[in-house]
Amino acid sequence: MAEPAIETSSILPLRLESVSYEASGKRLIDGVTFDLRAGTRSVILGPNGAGKSLLLRLCHGLIRPSAGNVSWAAASGVAVPYRQAMVFQRPVLLRRSVAANVAYPLRLRRTPARERHARVEEALSRAGLSALAGRAARSLSGGEQQRLAIARAWVMRPEVLFLDEPTANLDPAAARAIESLIDGVHASGAKIVMTTHDLGQARRLADEILFLHRGHLLERADAATFFTKPKTAEASAFLKGDLSW
Amino acid sequence: MDDLAAAFGQAASLLLGFDAELIEIIGLSLRVSFMAVGLAALLGLPLGAAVALYRFPGRTLLGALLNAFMGLPPVVVGLVVYLMLSRAGPLGALGLLFTPGAMILAQCLLVLPIVAALSAQIVADLNEEYNEQLHSFAAGPLQRLATLVWDGRFSLMTAILAGFGRAIAEVGAVMIVGGNIAHSTRVMTTAIALETSKGNLALALGLGIVLIALALAVNFAALALRDAARPRYG
Ligand SMILES: Nc1ncnc2c1ncn2[C@@H]1O[C@H](COP(=O)(O)OP(=O)(O)OP(=O)(O)O)[C@@H](O)[C@H]1O
Ligand SMILES: [Mg+2]
Repeated sequence: MAEPAIETSSILPLRLESVSYEASGKRLIDGVTFDLRAGTRSVILGPNGAGKSLLLRLCHGLIRPSAGNVSWAAASGVAVPYRQAMVFQRPVLLRRSVAANVAYPLRLRRTPARERHARVEEALSRAGLSALAGRAARSLSGGEQQRLAIARAWVMRPEVLFLDEPTANLDPAAARAIESLIDGVHASGAKIVMTTHDLGQARRLADEILFLHRGHLLERADAATFFTKPKTAEASAFLKGDLSW
Repeated sequence: MDDLAAAFGQAASLLLGFDAELIEIIGLSLRVSFMAVGLAALLGLPLGAAVALYRFPGRTLLGALLNAFMGLPPVVVGLVVYLMLSRAGPLGALGLLFTPGAMILAQCLLVLPIVAALSAQIVADLNEEYNEQLHSFAAGPLQRLATLVWDGRFSLMTAILAGFGRAIAEVGAVMIVGGNIAHSTRVMTTAIALETSKGNLALALGLGIVLIALALAVNFAALALRDAARPRYG
């Protein structure tokens, strides 16, 4: 793990080739092909039920495609799972304190205690949670829980951070706090891949848009192009706010 | 009615006077059941967690057996252990029959399915909640097990307490393999059975009161654990 050559070689781009996912006889993701490069913030946009969460799970390796391929550009011997992190639509917090939650993934990776403490402290302070370090994680408010989930992902220094609807169910102020936290993670060098159905948020955060509709990737474009000149009727309708599933 | 009142009075004076025989019997009961449950927890917790988490041949059958054996009749367990430990049995050479060791073994077998089956349920439920997140963290199989056992420790403690409640209160198994020998293998339940049949109600009642107090204490401990855990860990 300590060899510099391995440390610096990137696991990106991530490539999906004709990826489909079926469950209970239904094709929920249908023949999706794209690659995700380092640096940019990629936003998967689409209405409820479009398959955004499934696509993110496929990318992160939590589920396997029924057909097609998901592959990382990592050299062999690179621990790809350790180089990515995901924040779920509903945060899963351990029955432990706030600080223990953030320390947890570092413990799994056997990070030495000194470094672990320093990194936990830094992640907590970035997320504005230092004052809550000793609290039971599951007693936090929704916004605080989501910030904790991001801090816990960020503490791993992932090369890629997946976020699934990170501000769903949050009020605008809490959502802004999450967005600036995501900005910070991006600024520190991580690739951001997130889903949202919130157009305003997509406008604020996205460098590029992947527009998903009923399991199909209908458009992929840089954000400015997508918002001004959508190519498909579905995307135009979605942007006007009247796309029904 | 007078008999009963008199018996209560005598029981109280035995208890309050720390009657030597009474203390000896209570002490042995606690020792046997603590050892039995400790052993059952040591084996049953990992067994239950393994049944909940890992795929291996016979896993479904094992899970079903553990559930079915939660209600094993103590006398049958006693009989089986008796046969194993009797001079002609496969473990006869150990010379354990009619010793506290035999009683520990019998109670351990009685409690093991309870601890294992409840642990399996607790770990499976928690795993359902944690599964994707642990997968995302790339936790290995042993790390997963350790995490679930640690985060489920308060619920798991209540499973162990349930096992203790069963062990301390059963009479059939320890009677058969222990023999209810005075100053050697006499515990609360066997003593109550004997003293009642001899008409020595005071001692029987005194032991009965202690037994009920213990059962209550175990239940309160279980409740207190749950209440202590909730505000701190959610
Ligand atoms: N295991 C499954 N079995 C059957 N259907 C499923 C399964 N998982 C997801 N689906 C269905 O697949 C579709 C896409 O689900 P997904 O959660 O990816 O949508 P989404 O775009 O994330 O929606 P939202 O914006 O509401 O979060 C939904 O219709 C969902 O009901
Ligand atoms: Mg979703």
